[in-house]
Amino acid sequence: MSAQLAAKHLISIDDLDRSGIEQILDRAESFAEVAGREIKKVPALRGRTVVNLFYEASTRTSSSFELAAKRLSADVVSIRSAGSAVDKGESLKDTIHTLSAYDPAAIVIRSPHAGAAQLVAGWTPASVINAGDGKHEHPTQALLDAFTLRRRLGSLDGLNIWIVGDVMHSRVARSNILAFNRMGAKTTVCGPPTLLPRGIGALGCRVTPVLTGIDQADVIYVLRMQQERMREAFVPSLREYAARYQIGAGHLGPGQLLMHPGPVNRGIELSADAIDSPQALIGDQVKAGVAVRMAVLYELLAHAPALAAAA
Amino acid sequence: MPDGNPRTRRAIPPAELLITGVHVLDPRAGLDEPRDILIRAGHIAELGAPGTLTDADAAGTETIDGTGKHAFPGFVDPHVHLRTPGQEYKEDLVTGTAAAAAGGFVTVVAMPNTDPVVDDPSILRALVDRAQQDAGIPVGFLAAITRGLGGGELTEMAALSDAGARGFTDDGKPVTSAGMLRKALQYQRLSGGVIALHEEDPALSGDGVMHEGAVSARLGLAGIPSLSESTMIARDAALAGYEDARVHIQHVSAEESVQALAAAKAAGARVTAEATPHHLTLTDEAVRSLDSRFKMNPPLRTDQDRRALLTALRSGVIDCIATDHAPHARHEKEVPFEQAPMGTTGLETAFAALHTDLVIPGELELEILIHRLSAGAAIFDLPVPRIAPDAPANLCLVDLEGQFIPGANGYASRSENCCFHGRRLRGRVLLTLAAGALAYRAPLDAPARTLSAR
Repeated sequence: MSAQLAAKHLISIDDLDRSGIEQILDRAESFAEVAGREIKKVPALRGRTVVNLFYEASTRTSSSFELAAKRLSADVVSIRSAGSAVDKGESLKDTIHTLSAYDPAAIVIRSPHAGAAQLVAGWTPASVINAGDGKHEHPTQALLDAFTLRRRLGSLDGLNIWIVGDVMHSRVARSNILAFNRMGAKTTVCGPPTLLPRGIGALGCRVTPVLTGIDQADVIYVLRMQQERMREAFVPSLREYAARYQIGAGHLGPGQLLMHPGPVNRGIELSADAIDSPQALIGDQVKAGVAVRMAVLYELLAHAPALAAAA
Repeated sequence: MPDGNPRTRRAIPPAELLITGVHVLDPRAGLDEPRDILIRAGHIAELGAPGTLTDADAAGTETIDGTGKHAFPGFVDPHVHLRTPGQEYKEDLVTGTAAAAAGGFVTVVAMPNTDPVVDDPSILRALVDRAQQDAGIPVGFLAAITRGLGGGELTEMAALSDAGARGFTDDGKPVTSAGMLRKALQYQRLSGGVIALHEEDPALSGDGVMHEGAVSARLGLAGIPSLSESTMIARDAALAGYEDARVHIQHVSAEESVQALAAAKAAGARVTAEATPHHLTLTDEAVRSLDSRFKMNPPLRTDQDRRALLTALRSGVIDCIATDHAPHARHEKEVPFEQAPMGTTGLETAFAALHTDLVIPGELELEILIHRLSAGAAIFDLPVPRIAPDAPANLCLVDLEGQFIPGANGYASRSENCCFHGRRLRGRVLLTLAAGALAYRAPLDAPARTLSAR
């Protein structure tokens, strides 16, 4: 089969070149097929342990990582900060040392702080997968979005993709700009001027505060208004935001596709008719989550000799 | 007021020393040639042509062969955090001054943002007493401008001055209220002492953790724009000009700030400024690593800012170099970038980092570097180190070829959060004499000794 990924960890989309991304997406295709079977399980990671460590609330990412590891037959430990030693003041470093004593093959971590996954990678022999670190990156989201688009359109080459909304507070935006560009698409980011961070264009995207020209987009990727990450008012009101930036079914021309990483603020960044339109890929994105995360775990772990088997 | 104040360090016997054939570089004395230096009772007794001085007439005088080495006027750091009282797990007067001496510094100026804050004469007196027991080199202490650094109420500046304060600062925090700063500037007429300012507009810096720009956008970290510093410098220079007060701008980091400073100086305001070795050598690109050693306030900025600082340092718009030595314990820094405290240590690496990154590549003349490394003394009314007959011995002996890796053999500082950690630096301090006494001598067994062989 294909060669092992060069990277041991998946911290950032920068850890992958285009062929690395394609290798994961190809693998995800075969795992998507597994999801159609009655017994949705393969023995690839039997006897190995995957730890999910979530310092932030999460529904789809944590559940899809858990399902992905289980469908690969790994033993899974899922830890949330509430009720754990973390809650009792244990440092991230001590938590990682404790968990590393169980000899996990991988630690999946979500943290409210940029760079947490990278720090963890320096403290454990396990492979580390970033399930979102602050406003920095969310690489598996970008991979499942690329997977969803490639499945629908065959390729991302030459696509005109608009990313609309709260770019400043979005780790999804950062990972997706990098991944979409790497896969040959052209990206534009659009949002209120107060939510477009100075210097974001250096990531290789066009930047605009108005929706003018969005009718030319092949894909409209709408971001969640991250009210929980805002410590001050970046927009005068959600009503004004919705009036200027909400994507409704009326924005969607024929052939235009709509995406959103979820969870959606219905009636704020998206109108209900847009969410329910046949051009929306939101359900496909969720479905892709398990297959793509299986592929990431498989590509990072399955090629490496299992420590348990070697012992 | 205390003058040179050897009194603010512990009692150490005066040095009796002959250094032969050493290249003396003292820009203020116009000296740039090999000399023998004879030190008697802690003072420079004689400077002679190489090979002309002997120690034959005195027993107990050690002779050091200085051939191939440089002697510089000792460095003076106008901005360090020695963390005493209250945060001795980060640093104390013993370790902080040992780190300073290891970096060639002969005097340091300690900031008052301790726990408790140095905002009361009794706290300052206790600190001066402590320094007389613990400090290896003289320490000048600044007192707070406002009580508890709260920004709301002036300290008893005149009484603090009587108790030995060398000046005043709320460092770590800006004096946000222009009205409050104006009162302090007026009161300076009574108290004396320069008012040193940490310039930052909190309404603009917000909860920023690094320079605002392409790197912060990439990393998803909240940015601190350059104008959070430069607008405050412009404001405070105007206040200083209006009150004819003396202010010192701490750790200048941005090109816009240099422009504000140059304008203030041109307008005749009595304003001086410092820049740190890290702002002169590093940029926000270093933060891409998300290594908390590169988290400091003000933040590392762009290469354009760095170049503007360097130009200003050479022209004198920035008067002196200050390390802003800010020790933090390992457990405090071993956390995600956003959670880590701001600050880097700098005393042990200041000369070597600037020599390696600026002098060797030809961006900065050695004599300007040496001048700026002690120019902070005059700003805080401290004695200016000189290599001249009858002057107290305040000098360091440096091997410009000597290489070392910061941290490879630990640090004299209690903390290890050094932004130059692990780099190979060139320019090793071999010996420091501060206020007439031996304050530091490089360990003979260090591997750097073999590297320094020529």
